[in-house]
Amino acid sequence: MVAPMGVMKRVTMVFRAKANRALDRMEDPRETLDYSYQTQLELLQKVRRGVADVATSRKRVELQINTLQQNAGKLDRQARDSLAAGREDLAREALTRKAGIQTQLDDLQTQYASLQGEEEKLTQASQRLQAKVDAFRTRKETIKATYTAAEAQTRINEAFTGISEEMGDVGLAIQRAEDKTAQMKARAGAIDELMASGALDDMVSGPHDDIQAELDRMGATHGVDRELERMKAEIAQSAPRQIEGTPAASSDGATAPASTTSTSEPSEQE
Amino acid sequence: MIVRILGEGQLEVPESAVSELNQLDATLEAAVERGDEAAFRPALAALLAKVRDVGSPTEADDLRPSELIIPQPDATMAEVRKLLTDEGLIPG
Repeated sequence: MVAPMGVMKRVTMVFRAKANRALDRMEDPRETLDYSYQTQLELLQKVRRGVADVATSRKRVELQINTLQQNAGKLDRQARDSLAAGREDLAREALTRKAGIQTQLDDLQTQYASLQGEEEKLTQASQRLQAKVDAFRTRKETIKATYTAAEAQTRINEAFTGISEEMGDVGLAIQRAEDKTAQMKARAGAIDELMASGALDDMVSGPHDDIQAELDRMGATHGVDRELERMKAEIAQSAPRQIEGTPAASSDGATAPASTTSTSEPSEQE
Repeated sequence: MIVRILGEGQLEVPESAVSELNQLDATLEAAVERGDEAAFRPALAALLAKVRDVGSPTEADDLRPSELIIPQPDATMAEVRKLLTDEGLIPG
């Protein structure tokens, strides 16, 4: 049983032990400084690549979110159109599909926020490491210029332990971001595959968009009906005019003599 | 005294706060030792809150090593356990 000493001290000891092992491997303290500086530059590159990787994943998720949002918007319009046309069954189907997409969207938005957080953390880690690496380079040159074995060893150890701790921290941050990005990539890949296979696409905009087909058919039917109504109305308006036209004409002088004649004829015959 | 919050950087903490930090840390350690997930999260949060409350960030180019290191705020208990052994760190 280890005597309790606290999480903070134990974690610190692990970091220190790592720095000390690295220091022990070096024979010449100046060599330690140069070697460490090289490692720092490599880690800086690694953390910057990490930031770029997370940004790429984040953009991919962003594109997927945009696509799914458009799909959800389309289904929403279809539901409204269906309701307006008195087709509650179609509206219900559209809203059910929209709910399915909304679940995916919620998940993606959570992932997006998480990736944004990782990107922010890594960017800051990169900036902190950059500042320390710059300070280390200056310190290294000073120590080398004024090198006297006795005092240099202490200063080297302090600078080395300090930067080693920062590097350990950044290394852990990179690993966490890589783990998260890998998970996101797998999930984003799965959604891309769904979209490519048409499973998500067909629901809303693919060749089998049955809700839209039904709405289109209803729209077309409605159009034909309206056309028919319009034609009927035109005919209904113009037909009475022709029918009424004849008696109306008889009321004025043009046909009046004829009718007088025709009525007078039988009287003449009589 | 310098305290590091993993993933966030270093803070200068007055020596007067040390005993209170150690108490909060003991609660955290006990939760980790027991594997008590319910106690772990609030214990870590309390320790972090105290350090942030009393500490002020060091300059970015300060090369001094920390005397105490606290796990990252979103660390799981498994991650903290790893940090207590060498496995938690990347070799090299």
